[in-house]
Amino acid sequence: MRIVEAGIIKDKVKSLAINANVKIRSDVLRALKNAYEGEKNRLSRSAFKAIIDNAEIAFKNKLAICQDTGLPVVFVEIGSSVFINGNITKIITDAVAQGYREGFFRASIQKDPLNRNQKLSYGPAIMHTDIVTGGKIKITLLPKGFGSENKSKLKMFNPTSPLADIEEFIVEAVKAAGATACPPYIIGVGIGATADYAGLLAKKALLISINSVNKDKQLAVLEQRLLKKINKLRIGAFGFGGKFTALGIKVICAPTHIAGLPVAVNISCHALRSASVVI
Amino acid sequence: MIKLEAPLTKEKIKKLHCGQEVVYDGMLYTARDQAHKRIIKLLKDNKKLPFDIEGKLIYYCGPNPAAPGKVIGACGPTTSARMDAFTPELLKNGLLGTIGKGERSQEVVQAIKRYAGIYFSTYAGCGALLAQRVKKRELVCFEDLGTEAVFSFEVKDFPLIVAIDCKGESIYEQSR
Ligand code: SF4
Repeated sequence: MRIVEAGIIKDKVKSLAINANVKIRSDVLRALKNAYEGEKNRLSRSAFKAIIDNAEIAFKNKLAICQDTGLPVVFVEIGSSVFINGNITKIITDAVAQGYREGFFRASIQKDPLNRNQKLSYGPAIMHTDIVTGGKIKITLLPKGFGSENKSKLKMFNPTSPLADIEEFIVEAVKAAGATACPPYIIGVGIGATADYAGLLAKKALLISINSVNKDKQLAVLEQRLLKKINKLRIGAFGFGGKFTALGIKVICAPTHIAGLPVAVNISCHALRSASVVI
Repeated sequence: MIKLEAPLTKEKIKKLHCGQEVVYDGMLYTARDQAHKRIIKLLKDNKKLPFDIEGKLIYYCGPNPAAPGKVIGACGPTTSARMDAFTPELLKNGLLGTIGKGERSQEVVQAIKRYAGIYFSTYAGCGALLAQRVKKRELVCFEDLGTEAVFSFEVKDFPLIVAIDCKGESIYEQSR
């Protein structure tokens, strides 16, 4: 049994909330720089230059990369031999809110989704908690901007649906996002399980490093093929055309029921931010 | 790079073409979803608006607060399409143009043509960079809306791309 004090988690999560918003993920930055090198389209090139400059300015001045500091989504993995001295949900949501306040980030959360008449706040963050083996706690924060979250799609396919139909659905989701969700995109896809869980897998797919190769050979090939199709849309950076509509696509599969085949697409803008800490 | 300076006029706007990169010096008003809802309601009720939109630009933006000693936090554009339902009415009432990111509806394109307006896109997801170009910020109205309140910005070298020009030519159609 390992005892972890609430205060330790609080401090770590607070700085996580700031770091995740001001520091671009290194794999995303690399992909952006490669795209800038490879892009010929005049306007898209200036788009890439702006995105790369922006990342530098944000980090140097401790400013948010994007004014939409998102709905903070937190993934928590708690080792089964860890005892937390306090209510982990409360510790984390409070710490995220405090980090956002101290980082001078925007309060973007409306408590009343229908009447829209409450003072905007910093939370609560969305939390997904898993119990894993071991004695550690891993906390990952994904500030999810809503320009891109609004373009999420879910479709319940038949178990006999051909793969081509699924591919078309994914490409169409990106086409529908068009220029509105800050391309170039990173696409997360969840296939299988239930409707809600496929959505979660699609979001978790955004946490996978862009340059990593899928260990599942079939999925690795599928990702490559989808990326090619998506880039043929020629939406391009900021929607100004060119070769890079998406920088990467990650697919996660899970067991599902004999009667169904849920497919969820979660789109991220180029400002894909996430950071983790292990306690 | 074309330099565009306030005060803006229809004549200046008419000279701009889809795809041109512009840097703007002057003022603009921010307004997004909830502020639009209120403005349209005021217009419907024949009430006076709390600020004059005649000949002005509206920037779809919900800025981050300023750290001590700073003018503003990150302040990039939000998705313009969510304001599509409101834009024709504002152009009809004298608004010169709008700034945001992404495509506009056919209704907005038609209204831009009809009233010789303009739609600019700015650097999407580049709020930290754009914050460096804002020299002054003041609250105008709807303070209770938080980041969705209307602010006036004084900007210098603010980067704009002519996304839909007064003839209705759209960069989003040309590029694909
Ligand atoms: S979609 Fe992403 S980059 Fe664009 S405004 Fe939203 S959070 Fe920022």
